[in-house]
Amino acid sequence: MLSRTAASLYWIGRYVERAEFTARLIEATMRLDSLSHTPAGAGAWESALAVVAADYGFAITGESLTPTSVSRYLTLSHDNPSSIRACLDAARGNARAVRTALSREAWESINRAWLGVRDRASTGGQGATLALIDSLKAEARGFEGALHRMLRNEASHFVRLGAAVERGDNTARLIDVKYHLLLPEGEKVGGVLDRDQWTTILQTVSAVTAYRWLYRDGLTALNVADLLILRGEMPRSLAASCDEVAMILTNIGKRTGLQGEADRLARLRQTALARATTRNIINGGLHEYLTAFIAENARLDQAIGAQFRFA
Amino acid sequence: MSGGKAFDEIYGSDAAGAREEFAALARWIEETPATELERRQHAAEAAFRQLGITFAVYGEEESAERIIPFDIVPRIFSAGEWARLQEGLEQRVLAINAFLDDIYGERRILADGIIPPELIFGNPQFRTEVSGARPPHGIYAHICGIDMVRTGPDQFFVLEDNARTPSGVSYMLENREAMIRLCPELFDTYEVEPVDSYPDMLRETLRSVAPRGSGHEPVCVLLTPGHFNSAFYEHSFLADNLGIELVEAADLEVDDDFVWMRTIEGRVRVDVIYRRIDDDFIDPLVFRPDSVLGVPGLMAAYLAGNVALANAPGTGVADDKAIYSYMPEIVRYYSGGEPKLPNVETWRCREGQALQYTLDNLESLVVKLVDGSGGYGMLVGPTASKAEIERFREALAAEPHRYIAQPTLALSTVPTLTAKGVAPRHVDFRPFCLTGTNGVTIVPGGLTRVALREGSLVVNSSQGGGTKDSLILAGAKRRQRQSQSQSGQQQDQSIDRSLLQQEGGMSVAIGLGQAQGGQIQKLGDTIQSQSLAGPAHDSSDER
Repeated sequence: MLSRTAASLYWIGRYVERAEFTARLIEATMRLDSLSHTPAGAGAWESALAVVAADYGFAITGESLTPTSVSRYLTLSHDNPSSIRACLDAARGNARAVRTALSREAWESINRAWLGVRDRASTGGQGATLALIDSLKAEARGFEGALHRMLRNEASHFVRLGAAVERGDNTARLIDVKYHLLLPEGEKVGGVLDRDQWTTILQTVSAVTAYRWLYRDGLTALNVADLLILRGEMPRSLAASCDEVAMILTNIGKRTGLQGEADRLARLRQTALARATTRNIINGGLHEYLTAFIAENARLDQAIGAQFRFA
Repeated sequence: MSGGKAFDEIYGSDAAGAREEFAALARWIEETPATELERRQHAAEAAFRQLGITFAVYGEEESAERIIPFDIVPRIFSAGEWARLQEGLEQRVLAINAFLDDIYGERRILADGIIPPELIFGNPQFRTEVSGARPPHGIYAHICGIDMVRTGPDQFFVLEDNARTPSGVSYMLENREAMIRLCPELFDTYEVEPVDSYPDMLRETLRSVAPRGSGHEPVCVLLTPGHFNSAFYEHSFLADNLGIELVEAADLEVDDDFVWMRTIEGRVRVDVIYRRIDDDFIDPLVFRPDSVLGVPGLMAAYLAGNVALANAPGTGVADDKAIYSYMPEIVRYYSGGEPKLPNVETWRCREGQALQYTLDNLESLVVKLVDGSGGYGMLVGPTASKAEIERFREALAAEPHRYIAQPTLALSTVPTLTAKGVAPRHVDFRPFCLTGTNGVTIVPGGLTRVALREGSLVVNSSQGGGTKDSLILAGAKRRQRQSQSQSGQQQDQSIDRSLLQQEGGMSVAIGLGQAQGGQIQKLGDTIQSQSLAGPAHDSSDER
């Protein structure tokens, strides 16, 4: 397989995952915002911007920070390089270039999602925004489904590799921002505000029910960290992302007969996560831990690019 | 080149009923209700749209990705008609290759005074960069699309030789697929030569010109400018069907004069590049430095003989419209025989008398830019407005050497589905000729383009043209197979012969200059009278 083809497929995976994550983030933020009689709503949109590292970009547009302006910026803005529209533009551009490496269903789900936002000027009111988010989530699920029905060759491996790498990054950012930046000083952990925040996180990664199944003792910061970082059975946890990345790299290695630095980094990370405990992580500083994970994830991304000659 | 009513390929000239061999097709056209034809045509176009067989119109937004209209009524050639075309095409592409080998080599044709040297050396398509460097196996134009028009039962003319990167072959293949699916009854009635062998033929041709020695499977790739190119669908379609990688410039790198493609498993050496990028853009170190579509160092690898480029750089000088008017002489010079396919009569406006004639007759002529293509920069006198004619008059007076003029031909028509039912529309034809070390291979078929507007003669897709399937009847199949293998032998002989003649220093003294137009006219006449009187072919093909 051509390196460029592999790179395009990898980035399709990353962009579709990022678009879906942003859609979920907006949805969860809207819920948090609707609780705005409590102080939780006030910083909701600001924190959403921080999660996707778009706070600076939004500030320089000069727009005032309102639910409508932020959700428009995150969904449709041409100025925001990681708006849902920008992600789908990039995913579709890549998909067109490697059209023959994708199955028809996979191409169509990307194309449909792209058509859904292509000509939208505004996200509309809350109802319209939620409808748009729902349809985007449906298309992303459709894409994942189509991917699973594709031939299990390098093409599908690279798309899933991109998605897994992106997922780890997104989850880490989500926990980091919510946990550290937004818990106002003096607020007691376990208070009402705190519970709303944690629920928002769980919703963003569609883990509310999963949490209830796994932990019987109500919402605690420790449990949420455990679920989203260490639980391999939780699909959007860091551990699951690391397992998946390592497994896919192994599969690619089996087909091409080559392994390299990316494989080494992925396994190293996997082993470290398997040994970690929530207590250790919290004691060492959650923020520091997550920052290191994000940097490590970026190094892995670089190593993948180098190993398969993306650039 | 007669005036009056155009020749219809199914019904002939005099509307006395269908030509004998095509009576069944005529009946099919007459008996299938127009609504049914429309339904099938829509089904075909819907399928094309879903497949994404689109082209972009330059100068429009991305949203202007369009499909080329498809016409459900096929065009049809008898086995005899095709056999004659095939002979003429073989002769022509052999001559084109011999001409290129000569022009970039010894330049005998210039020494012998057949072509004015300034036409070569002043030609923007002439690439001094490849002068003296023979491509692998001495083949330049591996893939030619020869545009043909027809004015009568036996009057075929070459309108244009496309020896750079001719496109449209994907339509030939997809149109046939649509026809087989939507009109299977036609294939019950007629035994039609298959076209789906084209990818195999092309792969064989590409493999045959690989520079590396035996015992090694050549690595062929298709080099595309990328998915923004108007013909990208065709590029990906061909790469898929040939089973070769579709590469962009960024996928290739040149190291020590070898070309490598970057894959996830490491570098793979490339032997043959079927490039769909113009000369100007293939290597920024040699041609346009601002090209981002090209591969730096590619030309060095090519000149070192380490990679074959199909087509070779510099072939544009052979299909240039200024050279076109000399093609009969070129064919005669290298084949030693009369051209089996005549040119359309052409006035070279660079010549004073021809210019005067053109200016005096603008209303009845077709005037073309020598370096234009795609129907841009073209005047069709009889349908042009006064203002357009005046604009061309000024342009001609200012830069006469940039133009040629041709008579407005009464192009043949083929029944075509229109809003008002089936009606005759003008067509042209582009067969695809492949040249490798295994000789010339021509797939029995081609791209028929049809001018969908009533009376229009412009068939370019960018100007509102459509396409049709082109059926070649298998006829007496066994007999044709025989003659094919015979012509294969003759072909080899004729190469040898032309080489011998070159070495023997054949001098063809033809009065060039002012008498040119008349000579070509005469040539056309002789060919016509020959073929009308000629007992050479099966009379059952005639009506």
